[in-house]
Amino acid sequence: MCHADKDAKSSGGKSIAVDADRFKNSVHGEMQFKCTDCHADVSAQKLPHAEKLKPVNCSTCHEKAVNQYAGTVHGVARKGGNAVAATCTDCHGTHDILRAKDAASPVNHANVEKTCSKCHGSDAIAAQGKLPGGNVGSKFHDSIHGKALKGAAQGSAPTCTNCHGAHDIRAKGEEKSHTSRANIPGTCGTCHKPESAAYLAGQHGKLRHDGNMAAPGCTDCHSAHGIQLHDSDKFQVDVIKECGTCHAEYLKTYRDTFHGQVTALGYARMATCASCHGAHDVLPASNPLSKVSAQNRQKTCETCHAGASANFASFDPHANRHDKARNPMYYYAALFMELLLFGVFAFFGIHTLFWFYRELRVKFGGARSRGDGGEKH
Amino acid sequence: MATATINPATAAPAGVAQRYYRRFTAAERVLHALLMLSFVGCALSGLPLIFADRPWAAALARMLGGFQGAGLIHRICAFVMIVVFATHVFMVFSRAIRSGRFMKMLWGPDSMVPQPQDIIDIWRNFKWFVGKGPQPKFDRWTYWEKFDYWAVFWGMFIIGGSGLLLWFPVFFSKILPGWMFNIAALVHGEEALLAVGFIFTFHFFNGHLRPQKFPMDTVVFTGRISEHELKEERLVEYERMVREGTLAARETTPPSEEAKWFGWTVGTAALVLGIIAIVLIVSSVL
Repeated sequence: MCHADKDAKSSGGKSIAVDADRFKNSVHGEMQFKCTDCHADVSAQKLPHAEKLKPVNCSTCHEKAVNQYAGTVHGVARKGGNAVAATCTDCHGTHDILRAKDAASPVNHANVEKTCSKCHGSDAIAAQGKLPGGNVGSKFHDSIHGKALKGAAQGSAPTCTNCHGAHDIRAKGEEKSHTSRANIPGTCGTCHKPESAAYLAGQHGKLRHDGNMAAPGCTDCHSAHGIQLHDSDKFQVDVIKECGTCHAEYLKTYRDTFHGQVTALGYARMATCASCHGAHDVLPASNPLSKVSAQNRQKTCETCHAGASANFASFDPHANRHDKARNPMYYYAALFMELLLFGVFAFFGIHTLFWFYRELRVKFGGARSRGDGGEKH
Repeated sequence: MATATINPATAAPAGVAQRYYRRFTAAERVLHALLMLSFVGCALSGLPLIFADRPWAAALARMLGGFQGAGLIHRICAFVMIVVFATHVFMVFSRAIRSGRFMKMLWGPDSMVPQPQDIIDIWRNFKWFVGKGPQPKFDRWTYWEKFDYWAVFWGMFIIGGSGLLLWFPVFFSKILPGWMFNIAALVHGEEALLAVGFIFTFHFFNGHLRPQKFPMDTVVFTGRISEHELKEERLVEYERMVREGTLAARETTPPSEEAKWFGWTVGTAALVLGIIAIVLIVSSVL
């Protein structure tokens, strides 16, 4: 038995040792497979076998899984010559393959993150294999999902395969992918049912339904691998910028208000976009159900400003100093202030420069403070 | 009159004891000190909002205890400033009424009201700036001091009024329409920027940084102006007081070392904070 020797090496110097105990404990060992069941080009009658063997063909038994794999992002990349792309053994192991439900299996729910992170959590491999997203493993590790996986709820917290699938992982650009723009709301909705329902009933979900794939889905606001708790200050103030990627004009006018200034400083205890407009259920102001509709606006203000009147609610939280039609009084007030500031600074700027020059001449230039001013001609 | 001394505030003729004259009462000095303090407090706690997208703004807000801490400082300073302003207005009117000379408050050399002489002074000062005339001599209040004064007066109504609206929006919106609060927020910030930009540059220049005053004019802290400086800068006032026979009544003791030390310390602290604020503002708007 050549392969029982722990120190056995091929002529190329690679270890060819096989741990008989680990094989015996593996799912294939349990089923009393013989080596040649997988290494089909080895014959027990003709030993030693050839130096170079063909790769093991898993599809002999696992035909469906292997066929599925061929269409995945890993299978396609490997076919295209990317030697880094994962194949069966990269995730499942070789002689020590265990059932997925076995806690020690690399594809057990508890171990999937670590297994995927062998490549997707390594900067070196991410760069070498040009992995999309780069090092997403470390992002996921610190995300709310990643943290939940380490906590009491680890059994129900999602790991990589819950969103991406296993033998059907596809690039998110492919429509069939679980993580394509079209499928993300459904994928997240597997667990987040009420949020998903509210989203689909909201304006962004409606736009999606009408075929506008540019409308935001879950990951546009929440990110994908780095998802944080929605009530953390950081998320609350950062998501404002996400709204601004489409609603740029409204972000700008929001930043002119006290609400927008305080959140820009990093404090979330002030109205953000979602405080007034809602989050998943955001609707246009023209819709009577919207939190900012004429009917509901006052009530929305009252969530923070107890006792807010109709006058109070007629404050424009997106007043634009350049928009005469929308905010005429505001427009003229801004114009007046601009002229006032310009006038004062211009007059005193000139006044002070001349004065400074004259006093310097008086003090250092020999000019006298009175008389003819001391100019020498 | 000797013309050789350039900095009368610091250079007294050797061996001659300086006479001093009262320029500001104790109450006026206290009000100025409180105004300074509350102004710097409002400026530092308010600027982070106007420049909220700058890294320094977040750092400054954190130093002041976050937006709640800065907001509290801002409101305390605003309250002090309103009290200072109300006290001043009360003092001006009660003085005018008690003395029985109401018109003196509204017109003449002791009044802060702009008068034709101020226009003439501006013209003559500019002529001096360009070397076409002598340095003009002023009466009790120069035109730039009057501008400072009315700028604060106007600012009190604009910033103070809009500030109260923004402080108690639910209350004021019982009577005022929503767009008033949009305008209040706008003018509060813009007028504040004007006030900060003005005080921390031109007011500092006039009182401290110009070569004739450098580095510090402590009259507003000690309340006493030397005879030398009075004649050098406010000859019109001096000669008027001589003519009217009121000079002797204004003579007072020299400023105490404590008052001068206080003036130097507080003045320098305000100067440093103000110049930092200006550097931050200018670096942010450029």
